[in-house]
Amino acid sequence: MILGLTIAIVVVALAAGALNLVLGLLGKAPNDLSLGALALVELALIAQVVTAIVAPLVGNPPSGNPIEFWAYLIAAVVIPVLAVFWALGERNRWGTVVLGIAALAIAVMVWRMQIIWTVQLA
Amino acid sequence: MRVRASGDPLPLHYSVSVPEARSSLATGLGRVLVIVYAILALAATGRSVSQILSRFDEAPVAFTLSALAAVVYIVATIALVAKGPVWNRVAWIAIGFELVGVLVIGAISLLAPQLLGLPDINPFGRYATVWSDFGAGYLCIPLVLPVLGLLWLRSRRDAARQAATVDAEVRA
Repeated sequence: MILGLTIAIVVVALAAGALNLVLGLLGKAPNDLSLGALALVELALIAQVVTAIVAPLVGNPPSGNPIEFWAYLIAAVVIPVLAVFWALGERNRWGTVVLGIAALAIAVMVWRMQIIWTVQLA
Repeated sequence: MRVRASGDPLPLHYSVSVPEARSSLATGLGRVLVIVYAILALAATGRSVSQILSRFDEAPVAFTLSALAAVVYIVATIALVAKGPVWNRVAWIAIGFELVGVLVIGAISLLAPQLLGLPDINPFGRYATVWSDFGAGYLCIPLVLPVLGLLWLRSRRDAARQAATVDAEVRA
């Protein structure tokens, strides 16, 4: 995995998470801004998927556990989609908080993926 | 709350039931609880499946507990989303079990890790499970979540009782 990409995704996810938590606590229902932030996180995760497929082919295989890495990545790709559907099920401030929590969870998971990919026996 | 589709037949007991008890627990703040449960369910499932597939022999007791925790989170998530008194009871049981699980496994993992076949107590280590070290590897969310869950269930139950009392007074 590429450290720079991991950091970029974590930053995007943290920003999206903080933005949505603030919007939610201000009482805003999910809107274009909050949903757009989650879309950006999902886009970043797709970049991670592409990287995880391509990297081993060009001589950057994981030194850690690839099964665990993919378990995290697949879960991470699913979470923003689930969160958006769930947030739109009841459009109020709590929907926006749901989006924020999902984005923060992605930040943690992507950081964890970096460790699983690079550290032996993590 | 979901709007009834006009085609849905009304259930027979509709008019005599307590509205709150029959509705989903996943409304308002409850929806935030559900997404946290869903994420933990996914994370715990992914972790336990990969532990069991790639190295079950290393710590069979701990990895089985990982899988058990995953199942509990999945059941709790479904029970919070699903409607009706039966699911409400399932939610109480699953979240109660979760609290006992994280306390017992957390305590054993710190005091007597060898009982779980854990060679170390590193919450981020390769033998860690969701509940070991009281969920420290998951920012202690597994310890806080069941408490919040039970508080939420209690507040919904009280709301339902209050609604039932008001309803009875209106009828009387």
